[in-house]
Amino acid sequence: MVVTAERTPLYDEHVRLGAQMTNFGGWVMPLQYSSIREEHRAVREAVGLFDLSHMGELRVKDESLAQRVVTRDLTRLKPGRIQYAMLCNEAGGIIDDVLAYAMSDRGYLLVVNAGNQDADFDWIRSKAPSPAGGGQGGGPVVNVGREWALIGVQGPRAVGLVQRLTTSELGGVKYYAFIEGKVANVPCLISRTGYTGEDGFELFCGTSDAALLWRTLLDEGQSDSIRPAGLGARDTLRLEAGMRLHGNDIDATTNPLEAGLEWTLSLDKDFIGRNAIVQARERGLGRVLVGFKMLDRSIPRHGYAVVENGRTVGTVTSGNVSFTLGYNIGMAYVPPALAAPGTGFGVDVRGTAAPAEVVALPFYKRPHPK
Amino acid sequence: MPDLSAMRFAETHEWVKKDGDTATVGITQYAQSQLGDVIYLELPAVGQRLDAGARLGVIESVKAASDLYSPVGGEVSEVNHDLKDHPEYVNEDPYGKGWVIKLRDVKDNPKLLDQKAYEAFVQGQSGS
Repeated sequence: MVVTAERTPLYDEHVRLGAQMTNFGGWVMPLQYSSIREEHRAVREAVGLFDLSHMGELRVKDESLAQRVVTRDLTRLKPGRIQYAMLCNEAGGIIDDVLAYAMSDRGYLLVVNAGNQDADFDWIRSKAPSPAGGGQGGGPVVNVGREWALIGVQGPRAVGLVQRLTTSELGGVKYYAFIEGKVANVPCLISRTGYTGEDGFELFCGTSDAALLWRTLLDEGQSDSIRPAGLGARDTLRLEAGMRLHGNDIDATTNPLEAGLEWTLSLDKDFIGRNAIVQARERGLGRVLVGFKMLDRSIPRHGYAVVENGRTVGTVTSGNVSFTLGYNIGMAYVPPALAAPGTGFGVDVRGTAAPAEVVALPFYKRPHPK
Repeated sequence: MPDLSAMRFAETHEWVKKDGDTATVGITQYAQSQLGDVIYLELPAVGQRLDAGARLGVIESVKAASDLYSPVGGEVSEVNHDLKDHPEYVNEDPYGKGWVIKLRDVKDNPKLLDQKAYEAFVQGQSGS
């Protein structure tokens, strides 16, 4: 079998900008354009532009189906609002983490991870009342991921930049809310969300409009010192913001309680995995996800062991330099006894137990949240 | 641009420049571009003896940790302490202020490539 990585509608733009490309979740994506450090800084201090078109979008029209597969009670979500939630298997393991958008037609849009989109689609469809009738067209769930592009505009100057390109009044669009409108004359779903810890928007548009929207944002953003930013900066930014990465920090073998995501669960409704999660809570958790900082210069990485008194007691799931904070940070699963902020443990860096200390998540909060 | 014709290169993308019986070692322009932003280097102690091809330390970029190998044998006479606070020198000036270590009592390594051969080697790697 030949597996070919898919290209987003902005592939040619990335090549034109000289990006270093990488394979991520089955897609060829920009890893960096110039420097991860500089792209990271641009998002924290000015504005960065991200191609997120690899992300998947699933339309779930059937409310009871959506309620059954998503961990959160979506009936409480007003049209135009967005919630972060999980898809869990029967054992309570996290199949994917998603953003659920309540659409005006009572249906939902689930924005899912690139590498999971086809598996998520098949899984949700298999949970529909009559899976045989579900197709690409009129079924209870439709995969629109390859018809839509997604462009992230993130940073303190993002809102002002997008506002200059639209007649929609963006001041009224709260965090985790969205409207339909036009940006640079391109019909968009304008969503005040992000994966960077900064204010900004994520713009969903048709694939054929993506290059126009991308170029217009880059041109108009010159006066804001905009920079295109790749997956490298996206990862260092989301880590500072304490946001989990599916496949690294959470996966089908971890449950939302261990991952510190209990707030994404509506345990008073029935959803797939609920009973297993309730039972896990009653049994007590064997491990929990914590944030930590290194006390020396060494850099923690995914898969490194957490050690205490010479024994392996946990695993690092994410780690890197924090450009904003000036020290190295990570997330790890550790026994609950080691989870309180201020607790020390070691991280096995090439055979040496490098000293680390638990700190509260997120590592970084933007100065003036709106 | 430094004079690369006076340097020799390893297929693991380190350079070495001899000056009498001492030698300076660093990583190549190609290596730094592949690593991306360098954030930390783990370097040997002065006085440590290294064989040609031995691991001399670790270079960490935002993307990954990678081993560094000594292109020639010798005894570490100096390490670039500036890199502790300025690891970005490796990106900005890999053949200059981004040098990594100096060696004395140098044992030559006949397997090293000259500039032309190294450039051809890199072409072959990035083209495949």
